[in-house]
Amino acid sequence: MTTTTLAVLVPLLPFLGAAAGLLLGRTAPGFVRPLAVLPTLAALAAAALVAVRQGGDQAIDAHTELTPTGSVPIEFALHIDGFAALVAVLVAFVAACVQIYSTGYLREDPRYPSYAALVSLFTSAMLLVVYSGDLIVLLVGWEVMGICSYFLVGHYWETPEARAASLKAFLVTKLGDVPFLIGLFALGTDAGSFRITRVLGAVASGGIDHPTLIALLLLAGVAGKSAQFPLHTWLPDAMAGPTPVSALIHAATMVAAGVYFIARLLPVFEASQAAMVVLAVMAAVTMTGSGLAALAQDDIKRVLAYSTIGQLGYMTGALAVGDRGAAVFHLLSHGAFKALLFLAAGVIIHAAGTNSLAAMSRMSHLRDRVPDAYWTMTVALLALAAIPPFSGFFSKESVLGAAEHVATGHTDHAPGAAGWIVLVAGLLTALLTAAYATRLWLLAFRGRGAEAPDHGRQPLTMTAVLWVLAVPSLAFGGLAYRSLPGWFDGRDLTPTLLTSILGTGLALVGGLLTYGAWQRTSALAARIPLGAVAAHPEDGAGLVEAEAIASHEPVYGNIAYAPDAADPGRLLLGPLYRHAAVGFHLDALYSALFVRPVQAGASLVRFLDREVVDTYVQGAAALPRLLGAAVRRAQTGNVQTYVSALLAGTVVLAVAVLLVATGA
Amino acid sequence: MHLVYPAVLSALLFCTGLYGVLARRNAILVLMSVELMLNAVNLNLVAFDVWLSRAAEETLHSGQALTLFTIAIAAAEIGIGLAIVLAVYRNRGTSDIDKLRDTAEGPETEGPDTSAAEKAEATA
Amino acid sequence: MSLAAAQHGFLSPAGVEIAFLLVGLATFGAALVTVTTRQLVHAALWLVVALGGLAVEYLLLTAEFIAWVQVLIYVGSVVVLLLFGLMLTKAPIGRSPDADSGNRWAALAVAVAAAGALVWVVVDAFRTTWIDLKGPAAGSTRVTGESLFQNWVLPFEALSVLLLAALVGAIVLSRKAKADEAFGTSATADTPVALPGEKEGAR
Repeated sequence: MTTTTLAVLVPLLPFLGAAAGLLLGRTAPGFVRPLAVLPTLAALAAAALVAVRQGGDQAIDAHTELTPTGSVPIEFALHIDGFAALVAVLVAFVAACVQIYSTGYLREDPRYPSYAALVSLFTSAMLLVVYSGDLIVLLVGWEVMGICSYFLVGHYWETPEARAASLKAFLVTKLGDVPFLIGLFALGTDAGSFRITRVLGAVASGGIDHPTLIALLLLAGVAGKSAQFPLHTWLPDAMAGPTPVSALIHAATMVAAGVYFIARLLPVFEASQAAMVVLAVMAAVTMTGSGLAALAQDDIKRVLAYSTIGQLGYMTGALAVGDRGAAVFHLLSHGAFKALLFLAAGVIIHAAGTNSLAAMSRMSHLRDRVPDAYWTMTVALLALAAIPPFSGFFSKESVLGAAEHVATGHTDHAPGAAGWIVLVAGLLTALLTAAYATRLWLLAFRGRGAEAPDHGRQPLTMTAVLWVLAVPSLAFGGLAYRSLPGWFDGRDLTPTLLTSILGTGLALVGGLLTYGAWQRTSALAARIPLGAVAAHPEDGAGLVEAEAIASHEPVYGNIAYAPDAADPGRLLLGPLYRHAAVGFHLDALYSALFVRPVQAGASLVRFLDREVVDTYVQGAAALPRLLGAAVRRAQTGNVQTYVSALLAGTVVLAVAVLLVATGA
Repeated sequence: MHLVYPAVLSALLFCTGLYGVLARRNAILVLMSVELMLNAVNLNLVAFDVWLSRAAEETLHSGQALTLFTIAIAAAEIGIGLAIVLAVYRNRGTSDIDKLRDTAEGPETEGPDTSAAEKAEATA
Repeated sequence: MSLAAAQHGFLSPAGVEIAFLLVGLATFGAALVTVTTRQLVHAALWLVVALGGLAVEYLLLTAEFIAWVQVLIYVGSVVVLLLFGLMLTKAPIGRSPDADSGNRWAALAVAVAAAGALVWVVVDAFRTTWIDLKGPAAGSTRVTGESLFQNWVLPFEALSVLLLAALVGAIVLSRKAKADEAFGTSATADTPVALPGEKEGAR
């Protein structure tokens, strides 16, 4: 089998699995689990084989024109370089893990067949995005991902949170996709082709006329998909979906698609200094803001969601300084450890019966109930906080190193200002990341109070996956940072001494500060009993989570926030805490800026339609109604009246005809 | 004889029958008026047949034949008509035409304003 | 025709014309009484006068056969049928105050208008037409019979089928109602089944 055939199979297999799952879901429920897991595993094997054969050498290009369009051709094209090969392996790996985990997690969910088929479809679309060599085909995968995300976030559609979150995710990402589409068209028109290789060739020869405009338009779509400021608000709300979905779509893969897209088309962005600075500012604001917000969240999954936004900020920061190797390196290691974090969080939520950190901090021995989740989550949090030798350290240091490299003026790829912005924000975020990672760990596993309820061991499918994912979280960075440059652009990814010391030092400071704060505040926890636990803890994990999500707002008054005086984040953030908890009021701002005007416009249109347009319609109806009433009055039922009218008419007609005939 | 005499008599008889059909309340009186109208037509047919049988070379006497047919049909009609009137009388207890008003427009069940409002709700 | 009109002016009527006019007036008057009288049985009797007058008019027009048929069928059978009908529907004997419906004035207007239009048209069209009544009778039994059985045999036979159908129809209409009624009266005591006839009657 040629490498090209193998590469075609990678997105095709999950797609066929999804189609078969949707068709057989009702009639043959026994096939649903194999149909969900096996194609994804086969795709993983094929993707790994493609990566081995490609080996970071010359990119594999294959294309076939589906149908002539008359102008800019749209081709079914593959473009597999080192980036594509490795990202595809990550996607297939995380997808396989999530599918296996879901068989346990959603064991008792009646909608599991459609869920599994949608996850397969999503996987297929993401792999298509990764492998595609044509921008329009990439866009198809991009949008299919968006709609799958919509359906999967709304999986617990019985809860109003999930419904609102799915709509919000869909609308906000589409808000970015409209300029993205325009940007793609502009790019294709300027370059004369949608093929990525030709576009890059046109960029290299200076054939792009409006690089800044195109880059900014594309950036809007990327910001929507990758949850970057200012279009990031959908991601924390999207945590109303099932945890495996959050792990796959909203942590490891789909949100990384934007980063991957910029990495593919980085020369287009590099052609515009302005776009690079905008990218850097966007990354810096996203990183620091999300770090602050993560410190104040009460829902464990929302902490992770803000953390995802921040880590994506690192990736866009790396792109802003022109180092896509570092960006994709961080994408790979982040994909592994963030998927692990989410899946472990799913186990914890199931065991604790709540998603609230405030409630967890009032349970002792939670870590003894879920030892697998405890150990693997510790590994993943260390990786997140970039403590050596965990994989997050190497990837984050490669980003910081690249930023320092640019800031000190060693390259002409990116403006120096971008380097400084990313470097400073990155270091600040390192502090914040360590702080919220420590807070999460302390609150979840070092709670004091009543003993956590025991619901028996978690299913093997769920815990085994955690250990599988713990391996790359632990070792991937350290093993790979030497060999990865051969796959990427060849730029060195080894951590530099200065940024390593700075970053790790700040991370330690953040962790210690949080620990100190926790020492002071945890004494308060016992005084204020707080918390709500799912009513049916013996149910399957998915049902417990749905209950936990639905009960958070009635209990605490807010989906993101709990009035917990024992929260170390409250002490650390001080007056900022309240604002950080609600994401710095961005939702309120958007609601005031966009939602209310649109609603006002809608009510105006409604008013115009009901009161103005309908008046004409009703006026037009009034005359016939009047005539109808008159005619109705004539319907007396008396035959003689009818015949009288008939004959009178006949006489009149006859006389008229006579008069005409005689010429009178 | 002037043709005008029978023609005018026929017209007057026809209109008398017409008045009876429109004005009489009892169904049997209406049937009588119908007979008057038929006879007016018959008179016309006979008068014109006589006139044409003199004026034309050959004649089929179609007017008189038709008159006979009309008389036969009128007899059939009166039989059927009376049977119907009797059936109606047995069912309704009356043979007054202006009391048989089943085809009258009933009272409105639904105000036009409420139905319009409901339609607006449905389309909104 | 203009010659004929000149010969036969309206101011010098022939004897037959005078007879026709007088009998016509009587017929018209009887017809008017028929449609206006308040006594229903009198209406039927005045109808006899009108129909008999018409028979005389047929005779004056030399259509003997039709005249006798008119007397036999109309005066003999139709009016008798109508009288039977009046009695079967329990029509009131004597003056009934509501013989005319409320539609009377509209009916009068329509009838007068129709009469005006018809008379105007007929007079305008046939003012000068003259019927020559001399010579052999135009409607003697012989002539009519020859015409009927030479030229009109097929319609004549078809008409007999129609009459048969009407006969059967009349019997079915009246007999069915009777059967229903008989069944209904025998069954009402112990069966709550509402028959269509009863239901209609109850309304």
